[in-house]
Amino acid sequence: MTSSAYLTGRALHAPAPRRFRWPRWIADRAPVLTIVLVLIVVWYVAAILMNMTLVRGAFERNDTAYSLMDLIAGTLDAERPLVAAPHQVVLTFIDLVFDYPPDSPRSLLYHSWVTLSATFVGFVLGTAFGILLAVLIVHVRVLEKSLLPWIICSQMVPILAVAPIIIVVLGAIGLRGLLPKSLISAYLCFFPVAIGMVKGLSSPDPIQLDLMRTWSATPLQVLWKLRLPASVPYLFASLKVAITISLVGAIVAELPTGAQAGLGARLLAGSYYGQTLQIWAALLAAALLAAILVGITGWAERWAVRRMGMKP
Amino acid sequence: MPRWSAQKTYTAPRSAPEGLVHATKSMHTPIASGPETRQPAERRPLAVDAKGVSLTFETSDGQVEALSKVDLQIAAGDFVSFIGPSGCGKTTLLRVIADLEQPSAGTIAVNGVTPDEARLKRHYGYIFQAPALYPWRTIERNVMLPLEIMGIPAEERKARAARYLALVNLSGFERKFPWQLSGGMQQRASIARALSFEPALLLMDEPFGALDEIVRDHLNEQLLRLWNQTGKTVVFVTHSIPEAVFLSTKIVVMSPRPGRIIDVIACDFPRERTLEIRETPEFLKIAQRVRMGLRSGHSYDE
Repeated sequence: MTSSAYLTGRALHAPAPRRFRWPRWIADRAPVLTIVLVLIVVWYVAAILMNMTLVRGAFERNDTAYSLMDLIAGTLDAERPLVAAPHQVVLTFIDLVFDYPPDSPRSLLYHSWVTLSATFVGFVLGTAFGILLAVLIVHVRVLEKSLLPWIICSQMVPILAVAPIIIVVLGAIGLRGLLPKSLISAYLCFFPVAIGMVKGLSSPDPIQLDLMRTWSATPLQVLWKLRLPASVPYLFASLKVAITISLVGAIVAELPTGAQAGLGARLLAGSYYGQTLQIWAALLAAALLAAILVGITGWAERWAVRRMGMKP
Repeated sequence: MPRWSAQKTYTAPRSAPEGLVHATKSMHTPIASGPETRQPAERRPLAVDAKGVSLTFETSDGQVEALSKVDLQIAAGDFVSFIGPSGCGKTTLLRVIADLEQPSAGTIAVNGVTPDEARLKRHYGYIFQAPALYPWRTIERNVMLPLEIMGIPAEERKARAARYLALVNLSGFERKFPWQLSGGMQQRASIARALSFEPALLLMDEPFGALDEIVRDHLNEQLLRLWNQTGKTVVFVTHSIPEAVFLSTKIVVMSPRPGRIIDVIACDFPRERTLEIRETPEFLKIAQRVRMGLRSGHSYDE
């Protein structure tokens, strides 16, 4: 045994007292999980407080004796609560998703699909229109002055007011169902794409444009080989906004039109018949859809950025 | 030394890591006639012929005379430098030759035609101070970009990219993206890009201005070698007197407010020059004359 080992004894070589470490996948998400936890607590407290009078009223009407615990249990298990408790929402959601065949009008999957298809068509139409507008504006400077104010004005009009007009007008010329909803969704989502792409298409350096000129490139070549690739980061930033608001657009379009199917129709039917749990479940479905759509867009963005060799 | 070159032991030894011209004798395609076939300047055709060229910019606080009655003849095969302080119109003159600016008065011919026509016929390659590579394209695809635009078939594009990347000593970097290369390497890639469509005239706007002096010295030597091998006409904008004297056959001294030519100095060193000539008395004499020219144009007043 060397002298230093003797001096330090075993303590140096003994394993350090192991501190507990959370698994990485939890540690990375700890901040957002904390917020979720706080929200759930707030939600439960709100559910208890908001439903209290409702439940107390029911007990008193039936002349039943009740304790505070009964009261609290009642607030979290009401059939038509003012504020549904989180577990009620989740249970209703699971029930509506899994306990009916996907083509049943009671299934949330069915309604989600109806809204999602309108969202997709609207998103594609809106994006295409937004890019087209941006290309026109960048190439014809007069259009920037003449079109841009109208594009901005178009977004100041409350869509809830315009939607019925569009549905009625399109219905009069025989267009019903998916397309009118998609058009309303496209009406909302072309805006961020157009604004983002005007910026993106004008983002190349003056030198990069001068180079194209020295090679006597055609305007189409400049667009295709310089302006469009340069605008890709701007496009994806816009698409993330566009995909969520095209979902909102599709849901809103279902509200004033008396649609029979779709998440918007479920929201409306739920509020007609006081089915709060159904409303909450539909809201949860809409939120999940939005999260998935943004996730897919983010994934596509990372793929494109990698393909284009951008600095990670 | 870049890591890749250590692995490729079969390649010819490189003169310098920042070399512009790969010193191979086995270049299968000579790019143009060598120095032997060059004739005296007065018997060569004019690459640039400017007569009374003026250019006035309208700015918010009045007119700025960027160029005032510029007369200049550049013979094909010459290496001509524009030197002067900032604002003397040297870049503007280069841009007029490239048809990136239009003169407000006077006439100018490039390779015997108007600048506009020369540009449409792709008579010249332009190299800017910044490499301006397209960041989403690999080095190889950056070099092939002008060829794509000019409609050259894919196979030929690939062959030319390989040839000119080898010429600027960048073989092995084809699949790298611009941000993975140093500033000097990026500028060499941009030179390869300008050479790829084989223009007879190279317009270079302070191409090495943003690089450090060590890299710049190497690139100067290699640019000279390239010019000597290819017999191209080079018009070179700089604000460095040693760079201008070292590179040029003709130095055009310019002065600001209004932008004009003060002096045109012939610089008749042998075509094969090394950096050592910068210490010779002849070199210093020409440098002195350039400095005198700049002073007479009040370039040192401020």
